[in-house]
Amino acid sequence: MSDYLAIDHIDQVFQRGAATSEVLRDVSLRIAKGEYISIIGHSGCGKSTLLNIVAGLLRATRGGVLLEGREVNEPGPDRAVVFQNHSLLPWLTVYDNVKLAVDKVFRATRSKSERHDWVMHNLDLVQMAHARDKRPGEISGGMKQRVGIARALAMEPKVLLLDEPFGALDALTRAHLQDSVMEIHQKLGNTVLMITHDVDEAVLLSDRIVMMTNGPAATIGEILEVPLDRPRRRLDLAADPVYIRCRSAVLEFLYARHRAPTLAA
Amino acid sequence: MTTLDLTIPAAPRHAAIWPAGLAGAVFWAAAAAITWVWPAPDDWPYTVELAIVMALLAVALGVAGLGGRLAGPRLRRLGPWAIALALIFGSWELVTAKLGLLPRPFFAPPQALLEVYLDDWRRLGESALHSLALLGSGYLIGSALGFATGVAIGWSQAIGYWVHPVLRLIGPLPATAWLPIAFFAFPTSGSASVFLIALATGFPATILTWSGIASVNRAYYDIARTLGASPSFLVFKVAIPGAMPHVFVGLFMGLGASFSVLIIAEMLGVKAGLGWYLTWAQGWAAYANMYGALLVMAAICSGLITLLFRVRDHLLAWQKGLVKW
Repeated sequence: MSDYLAIDHIDQVFQRGAATSEVLRDVSLRIAKGEYISIIGHSGCGKSTLLNIVAGLLRATRGGVLLEGREVNEPGPDRAVVFQNHSLLPWLTVYDNVKLAVDKVFRATRSKSERHDWVMHNLDLVQMAHARDKRPGEISGGMKQRVGIARALAMEPKVLLLDEPFGALDALTRAHLQDSVMEIHQKLGNTVLMITHDVDEAVLLSDRIVMMTNGPAATIGEILEVPLDRPRRRLDLAADPVYIRCRSAVLEFLYARHRAPTLAA
Repeated sequence: MTTLDLTIPAAPRHAAIWPAGLAGAVFWAAAAAITWVWPAPDDWPYTVELAIVMALLAVALGVAGLGGRLAGPRLRRLGPWAIALALIFGSWELVTAKLGLLPRPFFAPPQALLEVYLDDWRRLGESALHSLALLGSGYLIGSALGFATGVAIGWSQAIGYWVHPVLRLIGPLPATAWLPIAFFAFPTSGSASVFLIALATGFPATILTWSGIASVNRAYYDIARTLGASPSFLVFKVAIPGAMPHVFVGLFMGLGASFSVLIIAEMLGVKAGLGWYLTWAQGWAAYANMYGALLVMAAICSGLITLLFRVRDHLLAWQKGLVKW
């Protein structure tokens, strides 16, 4: 199997007292190196659960995750996560938040000054070097996400896991940050798995869009290829027929065939 | 004068005259005059010295009041207090030394307090140092043990299983209830007091540290775990820093509790310290000395709490909405 990251027949069942709830049923996905994958679905479809399983924060009830052919079942720096919010430790400065991860990963292999330079390099990459001495409470939500991305990139992970990274941001900041992530992905060729509920975001950023059916017992409903050339420019795409076709395919899946359970009720 | 005007361009914001300072000067001058000139039925020592101190205050305020630019914003804020204190000291002098309106041995005039500090400073100072040493050792031991216990039961369910019931039963007991046992169980009254102070400090420190550890946002642990954190990393880099806001509440409560245990222990067993000084002064009906000791105690307790808050403000700069002490 030459897949870089393989999600292999995952079931997830939560048991609370006598009640059991099946969140995921038989989810399988193969991801190639350097691919940008989005997972989209209505809230409650278990997409965050899936990401937590890949991150190793959660153990799958059945099935497993293989990274370069090796099973991973606990968190590790080879799979860096950018959370929707609370991504930074509030008592550390921007610099120290990134430094914490860099020290953790490269303590043995890089000198102190190399690690410092690496922290600054990654802060530069997301244009946050100017705020290195600020604490998370003193910067905006968009800036916090930038730092979270810088920290994830600084770990040189095999896979970047983004859990609705732009969900809590205003539209302008979101667009700006999406462009940054696209640029970084273009430059570094990371393998990315991103959770989102934003159709435009998914089409703009992804090579493939994984559409989840509604829970309980959610699974992959359909996978859509996005055959758009990179680098992509948001303005040019607005009228691009391929873009429009992909966008309406996702919309059709989400709102015609798998309407949100609350809307259907 | 012109050069002065040039060097302080912000001067126009302050008027050339500081009215509250001038008023304070007038009131302190009046208090000094009353103290000096008004005949007292008894000849109190240090009356003249008190009047001189008041007059000096009046002069200082007068200078600052006339040369309004000398008085910075911080001094200006104190203006109303300067007036109020002059009124308080003036009327205190009146109703005690001059008019004798208050029962004699119980209410001492201000110059009696001055006498205590000028004549008995050595004994008072030694007492204060002794109290501080006792408080310091008890408080440090108690807060260190309390912190460690709090972290342990917050982190380990096994330790929590054994320690929690003990803590629940023994913890709420006032430390002073142990006093009779402590004084015969320990070799010296000093070590008994250290134990009691540590006990009084330790309980709130433990509970608040524990609750702090328990209240750390789970998401922070997830962040650390995705960095590949080990359990010790989670304790020292996530749980403890995240718990610090609660820990400081515990340290604050512990400090308050330690003061009262200290004074009671010194009143009942230890033969030194400010608590002992208080009972000693009471034995001699030296009420001025009691007031003097109380004032020193107030200054020390307030100073220590200020110190604790300073440390907290420094360590918890990341936390918003801290109360200013």
